[in-house]
Amino acid sequence: MRGIVKRFPGVLANDRIDFDVRAGEIHALLGENGAGKTTLMNILYGLYRPDQGQILLNGRAVAIHSPADAIRLGIGMIHQHFMLVPTLSVAENVALGLPSSRGFLLDLDVVTRRIRELSNVYGLRVDPTAMVWQLAVGEQQRVEILKALYRGADLLILDEPTAVLTPQEVRELFATLRRMAGEGHSLIFISHKLHEVLSISDRVTVLRDGRVVKTLPTSEATREELARLMVGREVLLRVERSPVELGDVRLSLKDLWAHGDKGVPALRGVTLAVRAGEILGIAGVSGNGQRELAEVIAGLRTPSQGQVEIDGMDTTGWSPERLLKHGLAYIPEERMRDGVVRDFSVEENLILKDHVDRPFASGIFMNFGTIASYADRLIENFDIRTPSRDAPLKNLSGGNIQKIVLARELSREPRVLVAAQPTRGVDISATEYIHQRLIAQRAKGTATLLISEDLDEILNLSDRIAVMYEGQIVGVVDQREATVEQLGLMMAGAHKV
Amino acid sequence: MHKGVARGTRFRPFIGSLFWALTPLYATVLALLVGAVMLLLLGVNPLQAYSAMVSGAFGSSNALADTLVKATPLLFVGLGICIAFRGGVLNIGGEGQLVAGAVAATAVALSLSHWPGWAIIPLCLTVGFLAGAIWGGIAGVLKAYLNVNEILSTIMLNMIAVQGMNFLLRGPLMDPMQVEAGSFIPQTARFSVTTDLPRLVPTRLHAGTALAVLLAVLVYIFLWRTTIGYRIRAVGLNPDASRAAGINVERYMMLSLILGGALAGLGGAVQVLGLHHRMFTDGSATGFTGGAGFNGIVAALFGKLHPLGTIPASILFGALIVGANQMQRAVQVPSSFITALNGLVVVFVVGSDILSRRRARRAVGQA
Ligand SMILES: Nc1ncnc2c1ncn2[C@@H]1O[C@H](COP(=O)(O)OP(=O)(O)OP(=O)(O)O)[C@@H](O)[C@H]1O
Ligand SMILES: [Mg+2]
Repeated sequence: MRGIVKRFPGVLANDRIDFDVRAGEIHALLGENGAGKTTLMNILYGLYRPDQGQILLNGRAVAIHSPADAIRLGIGMIHQHFMLVPTLSVAENVALGLPSSRGFLLDLDVVTRRIRELSNVYGLRVDPTAMVWQLAVGEQQRVEILKALYRGADLLILDEPTAVLTPQEVRELFATLRRMAGEGHSLIFISHKLHEVLSISDRVTVLRDGRVVKTLPTSEATREELARLMVGREVLLRVERSPVELGDVRLSLKDLWAHGDKGVPALRGVTLAVRAGEILGIAGVSGNGQRELAEVIAGLRTPSQGQVEIDGMDTTGWSPERLLKHGLAYIPEERMRDGVVRDFSVEENLILKDHVDRPFASGIFMNFGTIASYADRLIENFDIRTPSRDAPLKNLSGGNIQKIVLARELSREPRVLVAAQPTRGVDISATEYIHQRLIAQRAKGTATLLISEDLDEILNLSDRIAVMYEGQIVGVVDQREATVEQLGLMMAGAHKV
Repeated sequence: MHKGVARGTRFRPFIGSLFWALTPLYATVLALLVGAVMLLLLGVNPLQAYSAMVSGAFGSSNALADTLVKATPLLFVGLGICIAFRGGVLNIGGEGQLVAGAVAATAVALSLSHWPGWAIIPLCLTVGFLAGAIWGGIAGVLKAYLNVNEILSTIMLNMIAVQGMNFLLRGPLMDPMQVEAGSFIPQTARFSVTTDLPRLVPTRLHAGTALAVLLAVLVYIFLWRTTIGYRIRAVGLNPDASRAAGINVERYMMLSLILGGALAGLGGAVQVLGLHHRMFTDGSATGFTGGAGFNGIVAALFGKLHPLGTIPASILFGALIVGANQMQRAVQVPSSFITALNGLVVVFVVGSDILSRRRARRAVGQA
């Protein structure tokens, strides 16, 4: 890609970017939220048209006007949000939109055979006859990769593929990627996690504010160097946690049971207590009841048994409105669904929970002056990259949307905070900032329940760590005594050892 | 960042979005072109026909007044639709809500005919507003508490309202003179002149039109400047996030149906007080409403569900109705052609809306 320029209203997302990938290479693309990574890849995949610049493939200038063009040229892309049809089988999804070898008749047996071959070659464990809705996230991702390989992709783009995976799945994915590179495929790998980039890639390109800062061989890179290149200053990769005097129990869960969406019990007798000034980390492979736990506390799911107490009051069955007035803040895991209104502006989203309260409203009228200055302050404090406070939220990059949720929730000075995957998909300087804010909140006496799949994050922030497995707490360990190995075992269901 | 570059190009997208904002207008022109082909097939000179139509709608102060009078109920219903659709509920009950408001206002106007105008007119309008609110509110309660689909319930409520109207106009509310004369036409007596809405100029144009325009401004302020409007819009755009943010989603969906119904009901009261001065029926809903309950939905969509956009959209549809009648008289086309022309405009407008929405999605990548 040569001299790629892409402008959105008010933003220069890509500014004369030169970027190349060699055959058999894994090339990592790094950059903060909004640096322009996804935009550049969307251009390569034909989803956006560049304003300037050209794309060369094997030395030849090519015009890519649509994903169909890209696929024909051997380019595949795994989006962060998968594009599979849940009600179809794996083989049907792979064959979708492709001509059949038998004209109008389906050739699913041929497809199935070919999928088996490909899975063997690349170590992608997938059952071609399984229904997609039954698959875990990691499996769905393997289907997406198979789909691209099946279509003959030589160049595969992976936009934050590890954000949704468990550590075990990440290891498997990396093994597959190495095999693909070994077979001569080229891979573009986007991630915010530096250790992943260092372990998997051959070269790294760092973007900042839409420009290439540097391209360097991974062997010459260090974590600190990459962080500095991305952010433009030194970054603390670890937060300082000073000891905090623990207060009373703020959040207490007593023998909590609840059903999941499919009607089976997702929480099976959870009992926990979080004190003022404490961060309790919930570790665990996703899908073991963490989401349901957060929803029950936030008043979005009714428990079938048990009690939630906040500040000594029984809040079981309270409405979300009453809970948030009572001092509960909630950072939902599915931020696009539960956290923000896509078609509202940045400013409107920042007051989603406070718009009826002073000083944002007098009577039924909203005070736009106050709202505007409040929004500007949060945009500044949380370093939210947006053209303006009136911009539609949906135009922001993923990480910046998360910053909006965080800004809103943390500014409410919560007594109890439930934070689910607060830094998923968020860049390192924002992660650093969010971690600092969570720690600062702890110092102010907030009781925090931190749900995360990222063990580093859990170990970094928590005072105590509870591990969830199949709807139960298999054990609680003190942060000072916890090790990654021990937590890993517990996450697989082993009781506290 | 190249700020200068960004500023220099800001103008182009503005012109572009202005161009696309007017798509309903282009769609209307296209529909009229297709209509012209049909006219040719009918052996009528389209130029002659359309010029009759334009002069019928705008050619004189009387024509203009008629256009505005026809636009008025569309605007009332359309404003209600703006609120309901923004709140994520598909209110198809404009017909029933118009009728409910009109019947209620009629009952009050007939029974309190000795009251002075300054008291009876506001009372009738309030009663019409409340009756529409109740009619919309029934669908709202059903949706909020029993999870009944509002499209089905509002359509059913249309039928109930019409049958209720037929019953009342053939029974308790029927003009006693008719009964005496034995002609039994299903209509009420003319209301006392104290209930007549003031005329604005010496035409059929009445104060109800001004009220509708004023309300459009108020609805705009309501939706975008108040906390209630904010919540209605939030619920319509993302009920899950709204619920998590402490908004009672069901309550606000119900509220948007109540308010939508209330505005249509007020429109019904304005129709009887300002235009007909009595109520009548031909047995169907459209006999009294003229289809305003449905055309109001189209006008609101035409106005991009924006209260201020709904004003010109309603006027355009009013002009279409008035002008088409004039055209029919001038060039002698069958009345079914007029219905067809109306349908063509609706199809083209709705189609263009889908197209421009799809383009907007793609334009993100090209702006
Ligand atoms: N469709 C769009 N319309 C307007 N602006 C956009 C659009 N898509 C992206 N942008 C803007 O372009 C810039 C680059 O966004 P992009 O999504 O490429 O960032 P990114 O590097 O992928 O960030 P992240 O790590 O958060 O995913 C951002 O400022 C974003 O707000
Ligand atoms: Mg991105």
